[in-house]
Amino acid sequence: MRWGVVTFPGSNDDRDTLWAIEQVLCEPAVRLWHKDTDLQGVDVVVLPGGFSYGDYLRCGAMARFSPVMEKVVEFAAAGGLVWGICNGFQVLCEAGLLPGALVRNRDRRFVCAPAYVRVEETDTPFTHLCRRGEVLRIPIKHGEGCYVLDPATLERLERNRQVILRYVDANGRVTPEANPNGSMGNIAGIVNEQRNVFGLMPHPEHAVEKWMGSDDGLKLFQSVVASFRNVRSADQTAVAPGH
Amino acid sequence: MRARVFVMPKPEVLDPQGKAVARSLHALGFTEVADARVGKLIELELAGVDREQARERTRAMCQKLLANGVIEDFSFEIEE
Repeated sequence: MRWGVVTFPGSNDDRDTLWAIEQVLCEPAVRLWHKDTDLQGVDVVVLPGGFSYGDYLRCGAMARFSPVMEKVVEFAAAGGLVWGICNGFQVLCEAGLLPGALVRNRDRRFVCAPAYVRVEETDTPFTHLCRRGEVLRIPIKHGEGCYVLDPATLERLERNRQVILRYVDANGRVTPEANPNGSMGNIAGIVNEQRNVFGLMPHPEHAVEKWMGSDDGLKLFQSVVASFRNVRSADQTAVAPGH
Repeated sequence: MRARVFVMPKPEVLDPQGKAVARSLHALGFTEVADARVGKLIELELAGVDREQARERTRAMCQKLLANGVIEDFSFEIEE
């Protein structure tokens, strides 16, 4: 499976993400630049964390109009897997690929800490190796991670089971104290209706080996690979009778 | 021609910055401050457009880039 990781001016987790994919997951990855207009045949695009275009105006507002994003939007519309982490999540919301927006944390402070998130849904390419209700320990580090949207869209999001990760305490309970940024419904990660675009504030790429304090994030990367292989083998099975 | 664009957080969106400003003003004795909200002022110098075009183009800029309709409202004034 071929991964693509986009670098915008101001991205700073692109290398960590590439390292997780190439060194830990041992999968091939392509470096994509914000000015690229060719996704080089990748199977999944990752928009990494950082401060694209200096976070000027609003986080993700400028990155949304970069040449590569035009291709990413087309790729997503065609069913391609797109994964936005932290600033990447903000970019996906600004681009309209995901609903809602991420605003200044409730307590106005940048938070940098381990967080517990509960896997709410496993029928996505990003979580299908997880158990429903499983609690993952993955770090967060952001100043604008408070997820907001209008009540009607929130209701639709919940009804469609698009909320994939929620901030919880170590025992998996959704509490106000476990919510690090004031996000509505303790939401930490969501998918689009088609379930091929995923955005989350926590950084799974910073939790892929035990020495990092947790390797829970690796499950999300492995899920993507496994789901891709499943789809592939299903396709091959489908054509097999013709041989 | 100059456009002055005001971008404000929507009333229903939590504005922690505004809350902090209100609290600080209270602490300084300005107890009449019931609430504060913090937004942005963006000034644009426009060339080669008349007033009507300036209005239309500025509205398009707000919708496309300057404001995020999910969380912000915008208004603007055009000055000669």
